[in-house]
Amino acid sequence: MGAGAMMLPGMNALGKTIDPLQALEGVDVKIKKELADVALNTAKSNGASYADVRIGRYLNQFVVTRENKVLNVANTESYGIGIRVIANGCWGFAATNDVTKEGMAKTALKAVAVAKANAKIGGAPVQLAPQKGYGEVNWKTPLTKNAFEVPIKEKVDLLLNANGVAMAGGANFVNSIMFAVNEQKYFASTDGSYIDQDVHRLYPSFTVTKIDPTAGSFETRRSLSSPVGMGYEYLDPLESEKVLGVTTRYKKRYDMIEDMKFATKQAGEKLKAKSVEPGKYDLVLDPSHLWLTIHESVGHPTELDRVLGYEANFAGTSFLTLDKWKSGKFNFGSKAVNIVGDKTQVGSLGAVGYDDEGVKCKKWDIIKDGVLVNYQAIRDQAHIIGLNESQGCCYSQSWQDVQFQRMPNVSLQPGKTPLSVDEMIKNVEKGVYIIGDGSFSIDQQRYNFQFGGQLFYEIKEGKIAGMLNDVAYQANTQEFWNSCTQVCDERDYRLGGAFNDGKGQPAQSSAVSHGASTALFKGVNVINTKRKIG
Amino acid sequence: MPILNKEEAHALLKKVLAYSKAEECEVTLNGSEGGNIRYALNAVSTAGDISTIGLAVTSVFGKKAGTTTIDEFDDAALERVVRRSEELAQLAPANPEYMPMLGPHDFPDSITYNANTAGMTPDSRAELVAKSLSVTKEAKLTAAGFLENSTSFNAMMNSKGLFAYNKGNDVTFSVTTRNEAGTASGYAAKGFTDVKKLDTFTATKVAAGKCQSSSGAKAIEPGKYTVILEPVAATYMLENMFRFDARSAEEGRSFLSKKGGGTRLGEQLLDSKVNIYSDPFNPELPSSTWSGDGLPREKTMWIDKGVVKNLSYSRYWADKKGVKPMPGPGNIIMDGGDASIEDLIKSTERGILVSRLWYIRMVDPQSLLLTGLTRDGTFYIENGKIKFPVKNFRFNESPVIMLNNLEALGKQERSISVESYRSYLIPPMKIRDFTFSSLSDAV
Repeated sequence: MGAGAMMLPGMNALGKTIDPLQALEGVDVKIKKELADVALNTAKSNGASYADVRIGRYLNQFVVTRENKVLNVANTESYGIGIRVIANGCWGFAATNDVTKEGMAKTALKAVAVAKANAKIGGAPVQLAPQKGYGEVNWKTPLTKNAFEVPIKEKVDLLLNANGVAMAGGANFVNSIMFAVNEQKYFASTDGSYIDQDVHRLYPSFTVTKIDPTAGSFETRRSLSSPVGMGYEYLDPLESEKVLGVTTRYKKRYDMIEDMKFATKQAGEKLKAKSVEPGKYDLVLDPSHLWLTIHESVGHPTELDRVLGYEANFAGTSFLTLDKWKSGKFNFGSKAVNIVGDKTQVGSLGAVGYDDEGVKCKKWDIIKDGVLVNYQAIRDQAHIIGLNESQGCCYSQSWQDVQFQRMPNVSLQPGKTPLSVDEMIKNVEKGVYIIGDGSFSIDQQRYNFQFGGQLFYEIKEGKIAGMLNDVAYQANTQEFWNSCTQVCDERDYRLGGAFNDGKGQPAQSSAVSHGASTALFKGVNVINTKRKIG
Repeated sequence: MPILNKEEAHALLKKVLAYSKAEECEVTLNGSEGGNIRYALNAVSTAGDISTIGLAVTSVFGKKAGTTTIDEFDDAALERVVRRSEELAQLAPANPEYMPMLGPHDFPDSITYNANTAGMTPDSRAELVAKSLSVTKEAKLTAAGFLENSTSFNAMMNSKGLFAYNKGNDVTFSVTTRNEAGTASGYAAKGFTDVKKLDTFTATKVAAGKCQSSSGAKAIEPGKYTVILEPVAATYMLENMFRFDARSAEEGRSFLSKKGGGTRLGEQLLDSKVNIYSDPFNPELPSSTWSGDGLPREKTMWIDKGVVKNLSYSRYWADKKGVKPMPGPGNIIMDGGDASIEDLIKSTERGILVSRLWYIRMVDPQSLLLTGLTRDGTFYIENGKIKFPVKNFRFNESPVIMLNNLEALGKQERSISVESYRSYLIPPMKIRDFTFSSLSDAV
């Protein structure tokens, strides 16, 4: 087919390609429902026992700067349909950006053909957990300022002002980025759900670099902001949302200018900081750092698809095998360790009303008093762990990728006994206090990991004794979480998160938050990462 | 069909440019179609057939630029995307680094298109996977794998008259085989332009062999060892080094920066056996003949006998420094030798054979210190023979240090990175004093 045919579908009003500006205002759900019904009916009448369709418009906005320059201002949008079916007991999926009735029908047929071709290979038929249809429902990220409605100039001014603070503070280089995402997702299935959702995420970030040309060395300090499931209100600083201490950290509001001021000073301090002596240390881990350790060592190994072997060829499997869960007494961590899966947490990256296979979102225990009690599952896995419904963990990064099991927000619950960070540090003889996330690596079954950070402070006899550099810690996941002796109380609780967590083949990205209060881990192996080349 | 030929792409881009009222305008068009099968536990888990096409418009007034993208193509949408990019450009502050668009250039046609791969269907993919599964079913192993093929095209046109077009194909296959007890694992990965070269049966046999030899792995002390990195392991490690950017080096924030200022250009950075270059017309790993910023790609030496021969210069940085702009690598080819992996093992008194590396991350960008782990087949070598499988290690090592400790290179082959899925031509290599820092229980 030539370009002309592709561009001019010649369909009636309902089938016409939708104007981009109209899309920004939201496409009429009546149109989406009619289009979705074409796909569902075509799939069913051609042999599908189940079908779902996602009509998605994905909007991104980037403002990219360095020093006093705006390098790029870009708006991207992607609009299309993804149709998933079960035929002859096997999954099939097809996607297209031809959002017309004709495109729906053709793509549904393709999805059925893919399923039937694959069914010839054999294997156990797909078993879906029952799911009631919700009828026509909708959900929207709670926000007060839609980032896409904030003028570009306001974003540019904020980033350039922040960069100006860095340069005035003696930085050699500074990069800053504003990244806004809006997923307008419509889901319909043969179960009778028609779900319209408007999901927003925001991630402001920067990196400051200072160079010592004589020594031929450089150091960076990245922002302590978090990616959030919020609107632009995240960038309205609020004193009550600040956590004071050795450097200021942020809860539900971020002060970019202030953080840039601290970061510039700290990048210089890192150039002169003492290189760490390798050995065993007690680690005091700030939530701005600990989120990533939770993500890698708790979030990923409790994904049920990994446990079962579906990710064996890429991300790997998991040491948290079904027999450990069935025993009901596998000590993942100490009694201080309570971890939940939660797709409902306000302001988090993972919060939606319904997942990408039409399951209402919820909250559940994964680690209870240190014991492994549950996983993260979707509809075709729920029966394996004795559940009669999905936990709502299905997600696809776009209309053109098939949805699969993705991590919900997985968070360490605050300690129940009142405990501040200062009180925690007071009882540490020899330790390192780590703030911000850095380098990260973990094996394919999630036993052995290594993490760096942004800021490292030596703790000697209950007091902060100065900045350290070249720090990374290595541990075994189970030993590490069993060495957790204290978690600060809810006053210190904050969310960190991954804006682009990769998984699957073809690789897909998802956004997920992890909450924690500062926690203490006893006797962890710290290595020195300094090397010289040439 | 999302794959436009050269004439169709030219006509569409010309139509979009006609809507432009900006001082300069550039339109890029990208489309792909293809499919994939993902299988696990010896059955298909997900599979898809995906076609996409997208358009990006950059409008410029003075040095103010704005970019918008869209994947809808009726006339109203095309005009709207141009207007929106113009509105965005007017709102953007001037970018002092903006470079005027390039004029016409006659780019040679590439050799990246392959009709065999372009003709793949859901049924042909299923057949290739069935051949892979026949191996693991017979060997009583569990397979998890991924097969993906694509036909893609890229085209660009600007208001100064530049037009460029490329169409290409790629097929990649990877498979992990595990035993029932979960105590052994093997892996193989292949990538080609022409699907006729892809033999999923033989690749799965290799993975199954690795798995069967891996059972009963022993723990040995971490430390410095001579290692033989198979191409798929070496590729993933070295991928982190293939950034030969002049600007970051001259700014003092790269492994190619020189103490006291300047860069390592012209210096002996690696062992003299190391030659690394790009060549768009390499028949095993062809690339497009033009880069995203409209510069022609030519055969370029990056490392010649261990010496840094060239650095890439963006148009802005080249202008500032008074040198010719040079695009970054379109593909990476590293010369090898004649030795097979068996030859490399035979010449090793004591060492470790590494089949695959995993989860490599940068620890220190200044020294390029990387951390990661071995995976899917790690074996102890003594007196020229594989003695027994060993438990996996975590390593902390820099590819720069590694390529200074280079003992020998084997026969080059096309290999894929297990993380980015980009293809490279890389030989197996023997390295002394490779640093393993701890043990992992992972299989």
